[in-house]
Amino acid sequence: MAMEVTQILLNAQAVDGALRKQAEENLKQFQEQNLPSFLYSLAGELANDEKPAESRKLAGLILKNALDAKEQHRKIELVQRWLSLDPTLKAQIKALLLRTLSSPSVDARSTVSQVIAKVAGIELPHKQWPELIGSLLSNVHQLPAPTRQATLETLGYICEEVSPDVVDQDHVNKILTAVVQGMNSTEENNDVRLAAVRALYNALGFAQANFSNDMERDYIMRIVCETTLSPDVKIRRAAFECLVAISSTYYEKLAPYIQDIFNITAKAVKEDEEQVALQAIEFWSSICDEEIDILEEYGGDFSADSDIPCFYFIKQALSFLVPMLLETLLKQDEDQDQDEGAWNIAMAGGTCLGLVARTVGDDIVPLVMPFIQENISKPDWRQREAATYAFGSILEGPSPEKLEPLVTMALNFMLTALMKDPSNHVKDTTAWTLGRMFEFLHGTALDTPIITPANCQQIVTVLIQSMKDVPNVAEKACGALYFLAQGYEDAGSASSPLTPYFQDIVQALLTVTHREDAVESRLRTAAYEALNEVVRCSNDETAPMVVQLAPLIMLELHNTLENQKVSSDERQNELQGLLCGCLQVIIQKLGSSEPTKYHFMQYADQIMALFLKVFASRSATAHEEAMLAIGALAYATGPDFAKYMTEFYKYLEMGLQNFEDYQVCAITVGVVGDVCRALEEKILPYCDGIMTQLLKDLSSNQLHRSVKPPIFSCFGDIALAIGENFEKYLLYAMPMLQSAAELSAHTSGADDDMTEYTNSLRNGILEAYSGIFQGFKGSPKTQLLMPYAPHVLQFLDSLYMEKDMDDVVTKTAIGVLGDLADTLGSSAGPLIQQSVSSKDFLKECLSSDDHLIKESAEWAKLAISRAISF
Amino acid sequence: MAPHDLRRPFKRPLISDQEKRRQQSLLRQAQNRRDAQNHARFLASTALSLEQPHELEPEPVSAPELHDELIPDSEAPESPKELDVVEASKLKGAEARKWFAKQLMHPEWMIDIPENLSQDWFVFARPSGKRCFVVSCNGTTISRLRNGSILHRFPSELPNGARRKDSSGPAQSYSILDCIFHEVDQTYYVIDMVCWRGYSLYDCAAEFRFFWLNSKLAETGACEPPSHYHKYRFSLVPVYCCDQSGLCAAYTGSVPYVKDGLLFYNKHAHYQTGITPLALVWKDENCSQYVMDTDSKGQVPNHQQVVLELQEGGKLCTSDDPPVVFGCLDGGFMHESELHSGCLVRFAIGEGGLVLVDGKLEKADLNYLGKANRARASADSFSKVMFQYSVRHSPLRIDDLLGSVNSAADESNKVCDIEMDG
Repeated sequence: MAMEVTQILLNAQAVDGALRKQAEENLKQFQEQNLPSFLYSLAGELANDEKPAESRKLAGLILKNALDAKEQHRKIELVQRWLSLDPTLKAQIKALLLRTLSSPSVDARSTVSQVIAKVAGIELPHKQWPELIGSLLSNVHQLPAPTRQATLETLGYICEEVSPDVVDQDHVNKILTAVVQGMNSTEENNDVRLAAVRALYNALGFAQANFSNDMERDYIMRIVCETTLSPDVKIRRAAFECLVAISSTYYEKLAPYIQDIFNITAKAVKEDEEQVALQAIEFWSSICDEEIDILEEYGGDFSADSDIPCFYFIKQALSFLVPMLLETLLKQDEDQDQDEGAWNIAMAGGTCLGLVARTVGDDIVPLVMPFIQENISKPDWRQREAATYAFGSILEGPSPEKLEPLVTMALNFMLTALMKDPSNHVKDTTAWTLGRMFEFLHGTALDTPIITPANCQQIVTVLIQSMKDVPNVAEKACGALYFLAQGYEDAGSASSPLTPYFQDIVQALLTVTHREDAVESRLRTAAYEALNEVVRCSNDETAPMVVQLAPLIMLELHNTLENQKVSSDERQNELQGLLCGCLQVIIQKLGSSEPTKYHFMQYADQIMALFLKVFASRSATAHEEAMLAIGALAYATGPDFAKYMTEFYKYLEMGLQNFEDYQVCAITVGVVGDVCRALEEKILPYCDGIMTQLLKDLSSNQLHRSVKPPIFSCFGDIALAIGENFEKYLLYAMPMLQSAAELSAHTSGADDDMTEYTNSLRNGILEAYSGIFQGFKGSPKTQLLMPYAPHVLQFLDSLYMEKDMDDVVTKTAIGVLGDLADTLGSSAGPLIQQSVSSKDFLKECLSSDDHLIKESAEWAKLAISRAISF
Repeated sequence: MAPHDLRRPFKRPLISDQEKRRQQSLLRQAQNRRDAQNHARFLASTALSLEQPHELEPEPVSAPELHDELIPDSEAPESPKELDVVEASKLKGAEARKWFAKQLMHPEWMIDIPENLSQDWFVFARPSGKRCFVVSCNGTTISRLRNGSILHRFPSELPNGARRKDSSGPAQSYSILDCIFHEVDQTYYVIDMVCWRGYSLYDCAAEFRFFWLNSKLAETGACEPPSHYHKYRFSLVPVYCCDQSGLCAAYTGSVPYVKDGLLFYNKHAHYQTGITPLALVWKDENCSQYVMDTDSKGQVPNHQQVVLELQEGGKLCTSDDPPVVFGCLDGGFMHESELHSGCLVRFAIGEGGLVLVDGKLEKADLNYLGKANRARASADSFSKVMFQYSVRHSPLRIDDLLGSVNSAADESNKVCDIEMDG
């Protein structure tokens, strides 16, 4: 068999399709018929230096894929499968793998180090293969360089693969020692040094204890800093990558080294190759990220506590850091604005400058203004662009009081530059800067508006003109218009200075979407986004124009659906998504007030027909957008939505079955809620199908967990709509709710993400209970719910005891207490009086500062006093 | 083991309008779900029937209320049969009048003393003035008289009672108070709370309603003196447990308003629209200017007058459900006087008086006076006729009331705080 394997593996890479297919089939059969032998053969192939490089490489790859997969449920299957194999066989395979690390073939070594890490990823958490780390490190110093390199790479992969708590500290110490020694300048082989630096990058997460030890930390930091001076550019870059990782993982340990690091990074930014300089800048961006987070937790109130104190590294380094960053802004690439993936030192420098502004606020302004004044009018476009970029970068962070005079002064200059500057680079950055001005310094909440009825016309005229410019500039102009409109979103129905230009703006944006080059620089997307925002901020005066916009967008959608019959491509689907998105915004806007809704409803039939056609396309994005739009339409239409149900139902069901694009599934679940509220009891004929699908979704381990809480809430929506008809689903829904409730009652030991998820799950469960109780209220069948009451009350009590509910859950939970009392009345009186929730929990909620919690609590109190007074 | 891609989308911030659309949809759905829940929680139990069996006039034709009755609403179009308060608050004009006319709880007149008066009843001095229903919702406050016509439309500090930016909670949640508008000090005296911030209190016991009224009204600032956003002051009425000291306090205690009798509310009774024996009114000359009915000129007639409804077969009935029959007219007389079934007819009670056997009316000496005023909407109730009769013959005196609470129980002789710890 082993002889055959080589040939099959080679055939599987053959040019001849038939031969390849045959070989793949053979491999599949072999695996299915005898897995242990299959895996052993592959390991043998990989370990055998006599075999061709190609077959060994593929053997390693198949082996790797037999141990791990991307999809969570598949991954779990593979792990179980490996764990259940015969230990003797596994020992043999592992011995072959370790042997391969010394192979003369570089491919074999690099492949096997990944395979070893995958096996370790399965076995170490199960306390198996305890000798692995020891045997890797036993004689690392005496090994030939290639084996040393492969060993270090393997350690790096292992650290990436397993979580720190499954490797004991003794092994961590050994790994770090080996790795740091490998980085040391006494190591003469550059490949080994590079492997060591990269291994350290992955091992940093394991080094908590070592970073708490001053001597060990000093040693690691010294070696990392020294390594940034290596003559090899790859090693220097990798060393800076380690510094970036350390800046976020060990921010609080950096104080003694920050001066040295500043010197090192400043030198790299000034002199080193771009790939190294970018990492050096990233170090400071990362420090900004940390300090912004910490300061946000302080919440401006320095007495508040954060787990990590702020060391104000950015503030201290400010006067050196800012000039260094400003210098980088002059190193633009010629074509950076056309290339969407562009990333260079000027962009990184500006990004970091923006983060610094957010970290220190007002202090940055006097350090940047001289640079702007110096360069903004220079003949060289680089200087003008750099000055504009610097200005745009610091608009978020400093106080409006500090910025408003500057922005008011600069506004005219920017508008002129956007029209007249000969350089596209400068115009691009100018339009972007205008967008930032509107984003951060314009809005109904600000005291002194920078935009007044007096300058509004000029702004709109310039932006509309600029939309005819080259695509990248036009795209930024659309973005600026987006933020200009957004500033009026909270103005309500009051007239805004934008009102007189509404029609012109809409017309200009529609023209942009029809530009032949609109697909470049995501111009078309930006135009529709701006259009959406303009619609959102429309008011009573401009509403009639939004009503007129609806048929235009519908026609566009109709045209793409017609074109699709001829040819279908990605762009077509993207456009359909944008158009459905735009219609959704229009529906939501017009549906929110009675008079406009009345005018809009004339289009409802046609619009629904178009959405149904969109479902024929295969694009998940278009589906999602159409589904969201239908939800908005159902809400606007109300009970009349029933007439669309026969046709729409199959797509609703399809959406609920879409496990792969779980966003589509989640959105469909939300739309079921919309439809329930629109149709009320008329949803009943569809409920069997919907409930079946929802119950299937809940039992599936393939569906992304984030969809489960909304499914529970959806139970509540259905129950509220169909009332006592929910009876037949109680038998299925209640046990599911009950077991989910038991699982979610306790969060002990969970991380923040898990706690957040648990709370959203609790909220979903509680909303289900709420809907079910309210749905049955006043029905002769309320007593069917009595058997579930003790559990619901227990759940509430245990949530209260656990003390980790967020405000939303608290509000929903206390509401459920009221719903239970309201529906079950006096028969639940004694049960309610026994529960802690009806006393301490209710009391706490009644004195809550949160308006919504208090409101729910007062309702619950009322319902309970009714229930127990009879 | 590749470090992360360090490109940051700074100059190209992806606005991600799609994400925004998704978030806004979720927000809308959450809001709609909340609305649906609130609707279910507060309103289902508030559904009030438009088809109340009878329109009643249980109170005396007292001077300040005379003009209430001058607005006939016979032109009101047919209203839907079942409406809840929120839907009703959208009604306009005549329909609204018709609906609101039926929403007040009306006390019977006290013709004998209920058992357990001191245990199960509250007592308070009824302010003299116009009985009305005050609804605050969507930034305005509207008071309506018993017949549904609007008394005032004004801004107030009641929840959502004025257009103000800082109001919390949904603007459409409504509050309904049962009040008496007291002309002299231009104050609404609140005698009951029917809905508060959208919570229905219809099916709550009086004990709870008074507790809620006491604890909630003051929170709003509605009891403050008038201001720009608050045109009329609202005021609470001191409510006592009906023991000896409570009864004395209600009867003799000084209050800022002119008294018009005493009201007795059963602690356990719900707010029941229409006439109810679980709320009672009692008067004597010390606590009311209007003990005896007056005629249209404000004079007390020599003989007691009653208004009865002429029904099939010439039967003369009170407005009660079931009606009490006072006598019968013969067909010839009806024809002669152009009377037909449904007419309201006014009689004087003659020397023969009213003869009761075991609390049941045996015989009534009625003298025909003529058709009742067109503005009258309905006949007198039995308890009203009997109370007026007893006032002229053997009135129920305060000492009788005091005697009954004294004998029943003297353990509790303090004004008790109406407090519940639900």
